[in-house]
Amino acid sequence: MLKQCEGSHAVAEAVALCRPEVICAYPISPQTHIVEGLGEMVKDETLADCEFINVESEFAAMSVAIGSSATGARTYTATASQGLLFMAEAVFNASGLGLPIVMTVANRAIGAPINIWNDHSDSLSMRDCGWLQLFAETNQEALDLHIQAFKLAEEISLPVMVCMDGFILTHAYERVDMPMQAQVDAFLPAYEPRQVLDPAEPVSIGAMVGPEAFMEVRYLAHARQVQALERIPQLAAEFKEIFGRDSGGLIRPYRCEDADTIVIAMGSVLGTLKDTVDEMREAGHKIGVLGIISFRPFPLVAVAAALKDCKRFVVLEKSLAVGIGGIVATNVRMAVTSMGLKGYTVIAGLGGRAITMKSLTAMLDKAGRDELDLVTFLDLDWKAVNKQIEREKTHRKTGPVAEALLRDAGIVGARNY
Amino acid sequence: MSFQPVKFYQTGTFTVGNRLLAPEERSVQASGKRFNSINSGHRACQGCGEALGARYAIDAAMEATQGQLIAANATGCLEVFSTPYPETSWQIPWIHSLFGNTAAVATGIAAALKIKQKKNPRAQEIRVVAQGGDGGTTDIGFGCLSGMFERNDDVLYICYDNGGYMNTGVQRSSATPPAARTATTMAVGPEPGNAFGQGKFLPAIAMAHEIPYVATATVADLRDLEAKVRRAMEIRGARYIHILVPCPLGWGTYSNETIKMARLAKETGIFPVFEAEHGEIKSALAIRRQLPVEDYLKPQKRYAHLFGKQPNVAVIAKLQALADRNIRKYKLLEGV
Ligand SMILES: Cc1ncc(C[n+]2csc(CCOP(=O)(O)OP(=O)(O)O)c2C)c(N)n1
Ligand code: SF4
Ligand SMILES: [Mg+2]
Repeated sequence: MLKQCEGSHAVAEAVALCRPEVICAYPISPQTHIVEGLGEMVKDETLADCEFINVESEFAAMSVAIGSSATGARTYTATASQGLLFMAEAVFNASGLGLPIVMTVANRAIGAPINIWNDHSDSLSMRDCGWLQLFAETNQEALDLHIQAFKLAEEISLPVMVCMDGFILTHAYERVDMPMQAQVDAFLPAYEPRQVLDPAEPVSIGAMVGPEAFMEVRYLAHARQVQALERIPQLAAEFKEIFGRDSGGLIRPYRCEDADTIVIAMGSVLGTLKDTVDEMREAGHKIGVLGIISFRPFPLVAVAAALKDCKRFVVLEKSLAVGIGGIVATNVRMAVTSMGLKGYTVIAGLGGRAITMKSLTAMLDKAGRDELDLVTFLDLDWKAVNKQIEREKTHRKTGPVAEALLRDAGIVGARNY
Repeated sequence: MSFQPVKFYQTGTFTVGNRLLAPEERSVQASGKRFNSINSGHRACQGCGEALGARYAIDAAMEATQGQLIAANATGCLEVFSTPYPETSWQIPWIHSLFGNTAAVATGIAAALKIKQKKNPRAQEIRVVAQGGDGGTTDIGFGCLSGMFERNDDVLYICYDNGGYMNTGVQRSSATPPAARTATTMAVGPEPGNAFGQGKFLPAIAMAHEIPYVATATVADLRDLEAKVRRAMEIRGARYIHILVPCPLGWGTYSNETIKMARLAKETGIFPVFEAEHGEIKSALAIRRQLPVEDYLKPQKRYAHLFGKQPNVAVIAKLQALADRNIRKYKLLEGV
């Protein structure tokens, strides 16, 4: 059914269609509207047979999820940014225990300085936590990925994060095609746990394991993610059969066939990139876009195949591995290790900085001439940065960095040091 | 051995031997059908009060629920000595997740059970206990515990209080008593041992949440402990039982004196044993023969610095004052 609604509400409705049995939530922007929507549905009983628990922290949210999932209940939660970090210990624990929890991450920057706007630092900081991470490009895809995520998680007994850009998607009103309950029921079977807390068959879950078997347990977690590389495209195909649209999969190439330059990205910025590439194509540039939907497991083979005929790739990412450069770029480089390609990392959009077609065009034009730096910070205010570096050379007590930058930018109220 | 003398009355212990009682009046531990929820063969130290407390409490809870019980366990001695894979002492469904999240894990289990029960009303009802050491309860797990209390989730939380982080080598927790030596409050300097004026008594904080049931107990009084667990399982919502469990290793006591130490803690007033409902004290176990705190302190190496050639009378008096305050506050001489 077509409807115009906020991204968060679309996700809430999709999650409800998956018949979750336990939902726990702790508020953090920009995730709030999703759990508010679900809370209302549980309270007015449109979502029946579901417990909605207002917990006291994200650490508790994930811990409640661990308990309920281990007791055989389909379990959902959502968070972002500081919340994801606050639950970190339990995030690793959930995957280590092999519990198929589904969690939305409404991607947001991580402080300090505190910043509520979108980038991918939060979920990418958890890249090695053992969860699968699927990135949505649009609200429709966010909605669809949640339905696929429950099925995938429960099949392979691993938790899945569905990552959607905070505000850009969560708070955008767009047209979406909301599935019918019967369609979701046909796609998503009831949850059958591999291990469950049940007095009829007592098991000990989560006991200590020594060096004799720990490596093997970790390897099997890896093997299950590798197995998901096969399953994710199949699930997208099964999804299409029932719902009639392309959603999900590992990667999504756009105009890559004869491209010399391929720009790689995740999430909603793919829309802007496609528009940019369309324009540049018209101007004669041989350029394409490769969207990565599955960041974990990382589709090494599919990425290599998509890049096999190009001359260079540019990874445009909303995250920064401080001290080295890109996170996604590092993964892409591993995929193309022996292919002799030129590769560029472009850090963009941190903390909600707008990524404009104008800046993208200029940057990609430079990349096409192989004049781009190996690591580029898109639209960085070099004047402000250099001024601060200079100040730190000459003064000891320079105060909070962020305030100094804002003062230089002429924002009133900033203190002088 | 062909002959073993049976003591019907253990002098000095106030314990009437179970064999004098009719079978239906015996404690769960003495009954033939006790569940053995934690099987023998685990790796606790000799005389471990925590192993004893957990066995008493969980067997009683199993009895009260006819075996329909799931347990969540915090990281700590109990978790470690009872499990390392592939061995497990647990004869009940049991989960260990983390050190500080046990109350929340139990909340999740209870929530899942509620939905399962709703979908299948004929299924036998299953209940939940959460358990952890004092560190996992009063310190790192406190946020999750308070959340579980405040929401009045249907969980019985049991804290095994041995007064320190024993599993990591006897460090101070917020339940470590004043003057006690631990690895992080050494018996050195002008004020040796743990500081006065710090720490918290979690049962009182639990009561402040006005949850349906709060109780304290020790491993010295089996019947009282079992009765409290039974009572707790009759009630719905958040319940809390705080059990004093002496730790021979951390306290520096003989392993055959665990029960005695627990009894001395009660008889000196150091540890008040009581019951509260909805934030109000309902009963307290009376001291039967009041003893000075020295009797409790002296056998413990963690207080050895108080009893050198020159006993530290000032500090001992301060500890006696704390016991006296408990006696007044919880009416331990008259009993309630
Ligand atoms: C987050 C975290 N911090 C620290 C530890 C280390 N640790 C494991 S058990 C333990 C002590 C447990 O003390 P307590 O809860 O009192 O239980 P006890 O061992 O005394 O029974 C500590 C500090 C841990 N496992 N996890
Ligand atoms: S250290 Fe103490 S609590 Fe731990 S097993 Fe030994 S006696 Fe028990
Ligand atoms: Mg302890």
